Amino acid sequence: MRHFLTIAFMLLAFLANPSKGFADEAKLRELVGKFAQANSFEETSRIVLELSATGDGLAARALTALADGDLQIRKSDKSIVIATGSGTLKLADPLTGDALGEAKSSELSKIKVNNNLRRVIRDAIGALTLSSPDAGVRLKAVENLVSNPDPLALGALETALSAETDPTIIIRLKAARAGSILFSDRSDADKSQALKDVAALGSRDAISLLTKFAATAAEPLQGEALAAMAKGEDSLALWGVGQNVWYGVSLGSVLLLAAIGLAITFGVMGVINMAHGEMVMLGAYTTFVVQEIMRASAPGMLDWALAIALPLAFLVSGLVGLGMERGIIRFLYGRPLETLLATWGVSLILQQAIRSIFGPTNQEVSNPSWMSGAFELGQITITWNRMFIVIFAIAVFVVLLWALNRTPLGLQMRAVTQNRRMASAMGIRTPWIDALTFGLGSGIAGMAGVALSQIDNVSPNLGQGYIIDSFMVVVFGGVGNLWGTLVGAMTLGIVNKFLEPYAGAVLGKILVLVFIIAFIQRRPRGLFALKGRAVEA
Amino acid sequence: MITRHLLQYGLTRPILIMLALIMASAVLVPLLNLALPQSHPLHVPTYLVALFGKYLTYALLALSLDLVWGYCGILSLGHGAFFALGGYAMGMYLMRQIGTRGVYGNPDLPDFMVFLNWKELPWYWYGFDQFWFAALMVMLVPGLLALAFGWFAFKSRVTGVYLSIITQAMTYALLLAFFRNDMGFGGNNGLTDFKEILGLNVQADTTRAILFAASAIALALGVMVTAAITSSQLGKLMIAVRDAESRTRFLGYRPEMVKLFAFTVSAVMAGIAGALYVPQVGIINPGEFDPGNSIEVVVWTAVGGRGTIIGPVIGALAVNAAKSWFTGAFPEIWLFALGGLFIFVTLFLPHGIVGLVQQWRERERKAPPEKTEPEAAAQVGE
Repeated sequence: MRHFLTIAFMLLAFLANPSKGFADEAKLRELVGKFAQANSFEETSRIVLELSATGDGLAARALTALADGDLQIRKSDKSIVIATGSGTLKLADPLTGDALGEAKSSELSKIKVNNNLRRVIRDAIGALTLSSPDAGVRLKAVENLVSNPDPLALGALETALSAETDPTIIIRLKAARAGSILFSDRSDADKSQALKDVAALGSRDAISLLTKFAATAAEPLQGEALAAMAKGEDSLALWGVGQNVWYGVSLGSVLLLAAIGLAITFGVMGVINMAHGEMVMLGAYTTFVVQEIMRASAPGMLDWALAIALPLAFLVSGLVGLGMERGIIRFLYGRPLETLLATWGVSLILQQAIRSIFGPTNQEVSNPSWMSGAFELGQITITWNRMFIVIFAIAVFVVLLWALNRTPLGLQMRAVTQNRRMASAMGIRTPWIDALTFGLGSGIAGMAGVALSQIDNVSPNLGQGYIIDSFMVVVFGGVGNLWGTLVGAMTLGIVNKFLEPYAGAVLGKILVLVFIIAFIQRRPRGLFALKGRAVEA
Repeated sequence: MITRHLLQYGLTRPILIMLALIMASAVLVPLLNLALPQSHPLHVPTYLVALFGKYLTYALLALSLDLVWGYCGILSLGHGAFFALGGYAMGMYLMRQIGTRGVYGNPDLPDFMVFLNWKELPWYWYGFDQFWFAALMVMLVPGLLALAFGWFAFKSRVTGVYLSIITQAMTYALLLAFFRNDMGFGGNNGLTDFKEILGLNVQADTTRAILFAASAIALALGVMVTAAITSSQLGKLMIAVRDAESRTRFLGYRPEMVKLFAFTVSAVMAGIAGALYVPQVGIINPGEFDPGNSIEVVVWTAVGGRGTIIGPVIGALAVNAAKSWFTGAFPEIWLFALGGLFIFVTLFLPHGIVGLVQQWRERERKAPPEKTEPEAAAQVGE
């Protein structure tokens, strides 16, 4: 049993410190001890380099303290300690960080550092953190080296490369190594290979590295570097377009979510629902309430709050919509302008109600862990929450398309859209369909609110920001056609994002609005208008 | 000729009473403010003069909306834009009158331009140091915008809710545009800190009284113009377009021209209202372009009674008085009240207060109930 425990303990210790085997603690202690004998900055600097050459993460503590001016010599036994605080200083072991009691500042003498030395120390820490057990620390260290390559770190990089298992870090390590080789005194063949590796990265950092290299290198490497640079610039421009398309798709999917419920109510029933934005807002507040309840009662399940909020938001907004239809809108059919005013009234009341209950300030809705962070696709950075919103928008679109085309309710809805009186004559209860349609459109707006709570401020004014854009999407795409809404949302999203770099965000938006106003003049019924022979007054 | 026509047909008794009331207030309110000492029970405090003056400009704005919505069936959700443009034209004149009295004391540039490091006055600010030019622009800018916008919209037969939405988009686009600093209209803060108008101190009691009287006279003129237009042949045509646009077109008229005329005249009226509004409140900023403001104007008109001359005036005064009282006494409740008003009026008072009064009087006379026009229209529409 005791043996087993010992083995388990050793295993744990090994796991916690994978850098074990680079150097043992005694060697490090001896090296750190040498600081006491160092008489000049050069000598200190040499010790720092020796420490860094061990590649042992344990040394990082001592080096950090040295850079901060906390590494001191205890006069009594000439040992090195870390001293922090003021007046009576707290002492700690330079390697393990264990407390070593206290001492007055007169009993210690500081190891002096200057700016030059600090730079050396910083680089050494960078190289050392490459072997940190924490993958996040390693990644940060290696990324720093990718953008600021250091020939002195080559050794550390290569050691780290042989020990590294994380594939994303390996890629960066290789990049950092290639970058460092460029500025080292290695052979031209090595450098040529490194050039290719750096160029293959294709990032903005890589190009600035190449630029730096091309400025100092001799032929034929210089020519190679310049060619690689030009190629890199081209691919970067292409990636830039890709990034804009992604931003556009992302904005488009937000617009789609906000507008798709409106497309149903407006398209099927011809009802202008000015309170549509408030349905979105109700959905967002439902998310907030669900999260708060779960934070209080089941904090472990917080990541699932969105999954619970989604159907709830659909119900809340859907029921409010249903109530609106039964209570107000059904008395106003055939009078679209009055409907517009009455629903605007509803939107004011809902806004004020939320403001009275929750207060006028923004509420904090947190991202679940699986939605935070980002990943990279080539040179495009994609955040997970945007990614999920795009996926969610498409899912909602597909489900809705299915519901409208493949279910009895959908069939009846379409029948009512196309010819209300004929549908009524065929035995469809049009008032019932109207109510359900309105409820469905509002419920979908509520689900949009759950998604938007992840990227936007949850405040009583949340809906107002989307209402005009949603109308633009629906009107642009054409009423009564979901595909029109999809195309409309994506077009407006992408056009907006492509205009932004040239015109600025606000002017871009104005241009899009002006474009839509002009577009409606040409095609008053939108891109995908329902064909018919009706002459409308 | 117009006067005779007006006296014969246009000025019905309610309108005459309303005109008399407006003109009486134009004389009385300034008089009670200036001539009586502050301790006198009938003294009208200056803040009330400015407040009522503001209401009068709102009434003119509501009247202008009524001309297009009540009589021509165009629900504009962007009338606040014309109001604000008129206001900005006046604001620019007032800015130029500041001269060297600004914070930076720059004789050529308004303060915000100095602040933004602008070196010279943009070309579109030229001429605004002259009152006549600014007054011209107050009418011309909203008028031309309405003319161009209406020309395209009505030509391509954008009607109903689509038109409402694009008018809303128009005012929204203008809102965003005027928020931009490099537009040269003061950006977020707008134009403010005015000193004098036509050589008179903007803050002085006499100036406020004069502005009040001017607003009342402008409103009276607006009422007369609207009455003249709506009682003329053209007015009949406008109502025909409202009730049955296709039929009017098939009868050989050109509804788009009728609408264009009404829309442009209405925009000019809104612009004048805005110009009178700005010196009384002392500021104009992009918030005036907010689509919500424009919709509020619609509810004033609806509450008073659209399709009547006196309705919008009554509606604007009543709703705004209620707003002032509510926001003072129960700020929380105001939006509930306003929202409820929207719903209540559309559901139960389709013809507004004026319509309600008419109904009562008809019932008193025990006359056989006649179908009112919008109802008839609804039947035609189906």
